[in-house]
Amino acid sequence: MTIKEIFDTMDYGPAPESAADALAWLVDQGSRFGHFINGAFTAPGASFESRNPATGNVLADLTQATQEDVDAAVNAARTAQPDWAALGGSGRAMYLYAIARLLQKHSRLFAVLETLDNGKPIRESRDIDIPLAQRHFYHHAGHAQLMADEMPDREALGVCGQIIPWNFPLLMLAWKVAPALAMGNTVVLKPAEYTSLTALLFADICRQAGLPKGVVNIVTGDGAVGEMIVNAEVDKIAFTGSTDVGKRIRTATAGTGKALTLELGGKSPYIVFDDADLDSAIEGLVDAIWFNQGQVCCAGSRLLVQENISQAFHLKLRNRMKTLRLGDPLDKCIDIGAVVDPVQHAQISRLVASAPDGAVHQAAVDMPDTGCFFPPTLIEGLSPADPLMQEEIFGPVLVSTTFRTPAEALELANNSRYGLAATLWTENINLALDIAPKLVAGVVWVNGTNMFDAAAPFGGKRESGFGREGGVEGLLAYTKPKTASKPLAPVVAFDAADSPAAPTGIDRTAKLYIGGKQARPDSGYVKPVYGAKGDLLGHVGIGSRKDVRNAVEAAAGAKGWSATTGHLRAQILYYMAENLAARATEFANRLDDLTGKKTGAAEVEASLQRLFSAAAWADKYDGLAHGVPIRGVALGMKEAVGTIGILCADDAPLLGLISAMAPALAMGNRVILAASEAFPLAATDLYQVLDTSDVPAGVVNILTGSHKELGDTMAKHLNLDAVWSFSSSDLSKDIEAASAGNLKRTWVNYGTAFDWSRDQSKRFLQAATDVKTIWIPYGA
Amino acid sequence: MDSQIADKAAQAPAKSPAAPATAGHAHGGLPRNPGMDLDLDWALGIEANTSAIERRCASLPGRRSVKKDHQAAWLLKAISCIDLTTLAGDDTEARVARLCAKARQPVRADLLAALGMEEITTGAVCVYHDMIPAAVQALQGTDIPVAAVSTGFPAGLSPFHLRVEEIRESVRAGAREIDIVISRRHVLSGNWQALYDEMKTFRAACGEAHVKAILATGELGTLRNVARASMICMMAGADFIKTSTGKESVNATLPVSLVMIRAIRDYFDRTGFHVGYKPAGGISKAKDALVYLSLMKEELGHRWLQPDLFRFGASSLLGDIERQLEHHVTGAYSAGYRHPMA
Repeated sequence: MTIKEIFDTMDYGPAPESAADALAWLVDQGSRFGHFINGAFTAPGASFESRNPATGNVLADLTQATQEDVDAAVNAARTAQPDWAALGGSGRAMYLYAIARLLQKHSRLFAVLETLDNGKPIRESRDIDIPLAQRHFYHHAGHAQLMADEMPDREALGVCGQIIPWNFPLLMLAWKVAPALAMGNTVVLKPAEYTSLTALLFADICRQAGLPKGVVNIVTGDGAVGEMIVNAEVDKIAFTGSTDVGKRIRTATAGTGKALTLELGGKSPYIVFDDADLDSAIEGLVDAIWFNQGQVCCAGSRLLVQENISQAFHLKLRNRMKTLRLGDPLDKCIDIGAVVDPVQHAQISRLVASAPDGAVHQAAVDMPDTGCFFPPTLIEGLSPADPLMQEEIFGPVLVSTTFRTPAEALELANNSRYGLAATLWTENINLALDIAPKLVAGVVWVNGTNMFDAAAPFGGKRESGFGREGGVEGLLAYTKPKTASKPLAPVVAFDAADSPAAPTGIDRTAKLYIGGKQARPDSGYVKPVYGAKGDLLGHVGIGSRKDVRNAVEAAAGAKGWSATTGHLRAQILYYMAENLAARATEFANRLDDLTGKKTGAAEVEASLQRLFSAAAWADKYDGLAHGVPIRGVALGMKEAVGTIGILCADDAPLLGLISAMAPALAMGNRVILAASEAFPLAATDLYQVLDTSDVPAGVVNILTGSHKELGDTMAKHLNLDAVWSFSSSDLSKDIEAASAGNLKRTWVNYGTAFDWSRDQSKRFLQAATDVKTIWIPYGA
Repeated sequence: MDSQIADKAAQAPAKSPAAPATAGHAHGGLPRNPGMDLDLDWALGIEANTSAIERRCASLPGRRSVKKDHQAAWLLKAISCIDLTTLAGDDTEARVARLCAKARQPVRADLLAALGMEEITTGAVCVYHDMIPAAVQALQGTDIPVAAVSTGFPAGLSPFHLRVEEIRESVRAGAREIDIVISRRHVLSGNWQALYDEMKTFRAACGEAHVKAILATGELGTLRNVARASMICMMAGADFIKTSTGKESVNATLPVSLVMIRAIRDYFDRTGFHVGYKPAGGISKAKDALVYLSLMKEELGHRWLQPDLFRFGASSLLGDIERQLEHHVTGAYSAGYRHPMA
């Protein structure tokens, strides 16, 4: 084309970023890679090909790790870890800073290699992925520096197994490696088999930074290698990927004591209210669903538009779709690159073809003749009942429906198994700040989308997983409290004496406590409770599955509790303390009778202290305003996890219950408490304390019976958000495995004793809350 | 909304109405915007989210890029859209004549030949009223229109009847384009009816001359005000909306431009009439001009890349483009003194 012709057509023309340096780097490495173990690359072994999805060309041969490779990597990490932790925060900060600098120095090489390997537009890898990866290392160099001051009670977990996806290869690596290293862990990381190249370049960077051998180990291969890491002798698994695999990892790690964080799928709502800046909301959609070809876990893939603007909005949207440019990801004028692999392309095509009820609109954009490209797609007019409104597509496909009112928008938005992110657009600050906290999502973007920063925690609720990456919450996921653990001996109920004395006085048989009332156990059975000398102390109901069901229903009905103020919850906790104190002697005697010890008075006193601590925290366990690099604020709001099932401690039948219950209540959770199986009467005596303390019905529910049976039902119950077990029965594995159904948060004791005598309220507060990051950019 | 009309905005250039490569037909054969009744529900219902708009603008230069021959062609296009301007108190007829000579031959002939381009001109020459005759004379034999700033430019605070009369005088003097300034106080005090009436009166006074409404966006306070004022001026019959006089402390910016051209798009979608856009002041780099052109292309489509619908109000931009063009031809970075001054 001549300049004169271009003057008339005003086409953009090609603007390719050169791949030469990146390709030369691959050739320099022999175009074949082994693993990076103990500071060196291993000899390449049985290999598979890594291809450029835009062209189908082979970029390099990668080695499929064997069990020996994984073992070697874990051993290297294990050997390196004590010295790495002992190096101290400022020592580690130096290395993280060096890595950040090297990432910056080689930024274009990383960006081009990422685009070659993944198919994402060079603009995204250059302007988003790589700078955010750098930012993560800089930010966490700071966290390493501050660790001793800011987290004096916590220490590294040890060796972390990290499995990352193909959609943001280097960025996900940074999200995993930076906090792990900062806190003194060493890592074995497996990049996705489609996209391992920038991880291998990163290994090279680690060498250049002089990182001690074994601190970072990278093994390549498919899901089988991931399984090996999950089953290896590691202290933590951090996984980002699909919900299905996440559930398998949850099951596989159950009971092992391996810490676990899962960042999984989503079907994130994108809500447009009628007073939004519509053009900006549409531009936001481009960033939400056509960013990285829609292969983004937090993609705003579910468009909810207010009915009165729906027609105008969709017209604007279809017009906007026409100017999206799809093609060579290395071209600087491209909005949408290649889908990562033909397998993914086939999956997207299959899902789109399965839409029977929606109007499928695909923009008539120019498509390359070859390569793995999928056109920007909008499917309008779907209902929540359509599978495409529920299922993650993980491609450039937007589904949409309408709503009438803010309340309906919320219902639609939250009508999902997922809870990763949500976006809302409105110019009304009242509406925005009312809706944002009510969205079930770990991240909410107001008038913007897909904003990320190392200082702002990212992660999900529900089946989008648990754990946070970024910010202080992200560090908690790579540390543990510095406490020595002792094994927990099973606490067994006493048997009846050969000739128990007949009880005296009026019979007082506790029922279960459900929805603020005493309810007979569904089973219709009770069991006797004997004291240390075999004297009959009373009877308790044998709770069963249906009682758990009823209790969860009652708790669900009490969701208003989560919306109460911290001040009110504090008042009620103080009131409980007041009423318990009034009956302190009775409770102390009861505990002595149950346990046969003389510790009852001390246990009651400690329980009162825990209630006071929880009341104290109720209005003080505050969120944060994160310093993110935008004009705006990212609020870290702490919110109740929801409804928590708790198997209460047997070794401290009253104190264990109160220590767990009180902080949970303080944070606005509802609880289902399974009383100590051996010594349940300490819990049943509480009914009247609760009744007289203004605790709303359904907020606290208490069951008695077998921890195994109650725990199993709780762990499987899909409307429970968390389950904790301090039971002396060995249930940790069963509970964690069963919790995979809805990926509830678990906190189990793995058969170790908890020191109830110490006030550890903060740990409970942490477990009782999720942090939600609400991004609010502003500007007059 | 009529989607067929909207579709026209994005259609291929071959099908679009004939657009001139250089100036001359002030509205390129398109029907002029006749205006419409004041529709305050519409105008005041427009929202403009500042931070989202800024993000779009910040990411645009990273999303679109033109290189090599394409860049040269785009820079030539930018020249054809420049309102080459002098608005200084010390302007003289001779100074204006020099400017007009530059407008006729904005790029060295040898460079144009090397680029394979025929002669091009700037979009217009823009001067104060008293300089119109000199400009008209200097541009005789060309199709380059003379644009005059008017209505008590830049503040627009002289008596209303004099402002209207100034337009008439300028048209009589031979100006084919009139750049009026709106009364910012009507926007700031929310007197939208007054703004509409004023603009309508100015438009009527222009007669056949095309009218560009200068919003002085740097003095309107918010992007939402910019959006509202844009819409109301179009409703009152503006042929062009223009950011600035060049005398405010903040002149053309990308966010302001995005708001204004989105208003133009909405107006076109609803009425089918093309309104032009002119960012003015502060655009002095070739690179910036490319970003503005890509913004127009992305948001409004190819049709709005022609001088009948897009102008740069600029004085020093041309010099930077000339240097870039020479660099394109020779591969060596250029120097200002190698290019004839205005």
